[in-house]
Amino acid sequence: MRIGVLAVQGAFAEHIAAVKKLGAEAFEIRNTGDISQPFDGLILPGGESTVMKKLLHDLGLFEPLKKKIDSGLPVLGTCAGMILLAKNIDSGEEPCFGTMDITVKRNAYGRQLGSFVCTDRFADKDITMRFIRAPYVTETDSSVEILSGHDNKIVAVRQNNQLATAFHPELTDDNTVYMLFFKIIENRAGK
Amino acid sequence: MSEQYQLNKELAQMLKGGVIMDVTTPEQARIAQEAGACAVMALERIPADIRAAGGVSRMSDPAMIRSIQEAVTIPVMAKCRIGHFAEAQILEAIEIDYIDESEVLSPADDVYHVDKTKFRVPFVCGARDLGEALRRIAEGASMIRTKGEPGTGDIVQAVRHMRMMNSQIRHVVSLQDDELYEEAKQLQVPYELVKQVHDSGRLPVVNFAAGGVATPADAVLMMQLGAEGVFVGSGIFKSGDPKKRAAAIVQAVTNYQDAKLLAELSSGLGEAMVGINKQEIALLMEERGK
Repeated sequence: MRIGVLAVQGAFAEHIAAVKKLGAEAFEIRNTGDISQPFDGLILPGGESTVMKKLLHDLGLFEPLKKKIDSGLPVLGTCAGMILLAKNIDSGEEPCFGTMDITVKRNAYGRQLGSFVCTDRFADKDITMRFIRAPYVTETDSSVEILSGHDNKIVAVRQNNQLATAFHPELTDDNTVYMLFFKIIENRAGK
Repeated sequence: MSEQYQLNKELAQMLKGGVIMDVTTPEQARIAQEAGACAVMALERIPADIRAAGGVSRMSDPAMIRSIQEAVTIPVMAKCRIGHFAEAQILEAIEIDYIDESEVLSPADDVYHVDKTKFRVPFVCGARDLGEALRRIAEGASMIRTKGEPGTGDIVQAVRHMRMMNSQIRHVVSLQDDELYEEAKQLQVPYELVKQVHDSGRLPVVNFAAGGVATPADAVLMMQLGAEGVFVGSGIFKSGDPKKRAAAIVQAVTNYQDAKLLAELSSGLGEAMVGINKQEIALLMEERGK
């Protein structure tokens, strides 16, 4: 299993370490040359979504990656990564990939003093969730599965091969989110 | 370690691979965000102008900082004077995302730094070597940057500080366990932090380059020397074409190992800020806060 991690800015190293620890192969995506070889999954990490969006376009990565996501490449977006996947951003700004039928609110918990940790349900298990200047989901299409809610806000969702969390699984030792992502990848490969 | 401190260190992790830009107006903040800044530093005067103006340099007007907070979605940082915990309290009250306890401003205390463990809001501090870095971390800093020599456009100090820090880290890693106590004594820092550096081979927090970065090549130099991201102060809005230069530095930091791309990015950027070198300046900001 070969997983590409968008590495233009943010906490990509943490995702790469987590994926490798679970026995899968991980590599950095910084330019179009990096995605010339086939791969099985894509991770969009935490960081600043405005920076990543700009660099995706400047570096010619936007079109090829969007094509791959559209054609079913499994993708995991965390925090900023969730914003990149969302079809709508509640401030009305232009979406990035816009491949997931969700509306997100950016910096939904306020500034850094609003960052927090909690334990809550992800699918059918309690996991630690670290929220850092995090977004949450305000609306979803009926085809979107809600995996986590916290404090009546939607914080993890899945739509077919796309998985998104408002929190940071790469900053904890819990691998539940990755295991689900790997399962999505395996299911697709099995088809 | 408090939960908030851990979250504060993690916010710095989210900034990695990015460029933090000094801005003095909401308009500049928007330009910086559009150019791909991962955060902005709100201040009334950029370091080059602080140097030119002389006198006492203080925390910026909270109203001005607020106007920048409203202009962008990326994190907003602001500076307080070294040791000026009241300025830090004010910045915390307006919910700044990061406080830079900075040698760029006139120090308020020539002995003590702010006890940053008393705050929930995160702090970044400058350091010239491992001892300074670990002392700031012991005081509660959740991010470190080189001091460099701000407002000069001269990269030599930042390079010296980054190389010094790295060589001292390599030295600590090479020590035997029983030698770490003496090393802590020499560095004038807590043993636990030396042990952490020894075991992990890196600073316990994210480390950015700052002070003197003026070109994409400067930023790349610092990234290849091991910086995890870059602060650009006077270098952008003191140059001929800030928009273009800002975007070029952002792309350079992301692709710091791609010399071909860097050649393109460095082309036709217009005039860089006029530099001054260490021998030409009377005030060495790096000497503040050891």
